[in-house]
Amino acid sequence: MNCTKCKTKAVIGLPRHNAAFCKGCFNGFVHDQVARAIKSEKMCGKEDRILVAVSGGKDSLALWDILLKLGYRADALYVNLGIGPYSEQSHAKVTKFFEAVAAPHGARLHLHTVEQEAGAGIKELAQLIHRPTCSTCGTIKRYQFNHVAIEQHYDVMATGHNLDDEAARLLGNVLHWQEEYLDKQGPALPASVEGFAKKVKPLYRLSERELAAYAVLNRIDYIVEECPMAKGSKVLLYKEVLNRLETESPGTKQMFYWGFLEKQSKKQPTATSMTEKDRAVLHPCTSCSQPTTAEVCSYCKMMARAKTVAPR
Amino acid sequence: MQVQLSHPARTVEVKGPKRAKELLRELNLVVEAHLVIKGADLVTEDEMLYDSDQIEIRPVISGG
Repeated sequence: MNCTKCKTKAVIGLPRHNAAFCKGCFNGFVHDQVARAIKSEKMCGKEDRILVAVSGGKDSLALWDILLKLGYRADALYVNLGIGPYSEQSHAKVTKFFEAVAAPHGARLHLHTVEQEAGAGIKELAQLIHRPTCSTCGTIKRYQFNHVAIEQHYDVMATGHNLDDEAARLLGNVLHWQEEYLDKQGPALPASVEGFAKKVKPLYRLSERELAAYAVLNRIDYIVEECPMAKGSKVLLYKEVLNRLETESPGTKQMFYWGFLEKQSKKQPTATSMTEKDRAVLHPCTSCSQPTTAEVCSYCKMMARAKTVAPR
Repeated sequence: MQVQLSHPARTVEVKGPKRAKELLRELNLVVEAHLVIKGADLVTEDEMLYDSDQIEIRPVISGG
C-alpha cells in the first residue's frame, strides 16, 4: 500500500477517507484535521492560553504535542487519581513527555493529587461516599480542571476526546433518549457563566486508531493499559459495536457524530441557547464559588463527606 | 512469528507468512480497534509478516 499523496510506502490505511499515508503525510493529515476543528468551531486563537487535561494516555498526550507543534500556547494539568501502579505509571509517562517535548516549547505542567486533598485515592474515596468510581473520578477531574483554568486565567481548556469518544457518548445518549445531554455534546462549549472556562475538544475529527498511530509514529510513550476501573464500562461496549460497524462500513462513526453536529447547528444557535439555559439555573457554590445548580456543588459535598468519614 | 497482545498482556505464536489483516482475522480482532507494529514500525494491513518478525498488536480503545 502506497501513500495517497507522495506515493512512497504507507504506514497506515484510512478506509474512511479512502486514503493511505506515509509518516510525514499522516502527520500533516492529523495536524490539518486539528487545525480545521479549531478554526471551524472557533475554539481558540494563537494568542490564547490553553490548558490541556492530560492523563498519560495517547489522546491527551497527542493533543498536547499537536497544539505545541501548531504553535499554540498550551500548558497541561495532570490529576493523579491514586489508582495504585496505574496512576504511578501514567504520572511517569506525563512527566517524561513534559520534560522531553513540552518543556522545550516553554510549556508548564500543573499537578493535582487526589490523595493529598481527599485523604484517599479515587477507589477508596468512591467507596467511602458510596458512589461509582467512574462518576467520582469524573466529578473530581471536571472540577479540578475548571478550578485551575479559572485560577490561573487560562482562556480555554482542551480535552483529548476523539471521534470514537463522542460517537460512543452520542450512541449512549440516543439509546437512552437522554435528550437533555445532547446540547452539551458539541466540540466547543462556551464559558456560559462566570466561573466556567470555555471547553473545547480539538480531536473530534480524528479516530482513536488514528491518534494511537500518531503516538506510535511520533514515539510518544503513553500508557497502553486500560484504567482498571473502566473494566465492563458501557462506553467500551458502545465503542466495540461502533468499530465493528466501521470495519464493515467505513465512515460510519463520522457520519453518525458529524451528522448529529450538522443537525444541531441547523436546529438552533447552540452557544446562545446554552448560555441562556446555564445562566438561568447556575449560581456560585456557597463553599467554593464554582457554578452549580445546588447550594453546595457536588465536589464540595463529596469532599465534605470524605473528610467526615475518612480515617486520617 | 511471536505476536504480543494486550488486555491482558500475553504472547502467542502464529505461523507465517501472512498479511497483517489475515493475522488480525485469525485472532478474531477488528482492524478499526487495533494497530499492527512490526519491530518498532507501524505497518498497513496488507504488509506481509514472516516467522522471524516480532509483532505487536496494540489495542487502541480506551475507557473515555
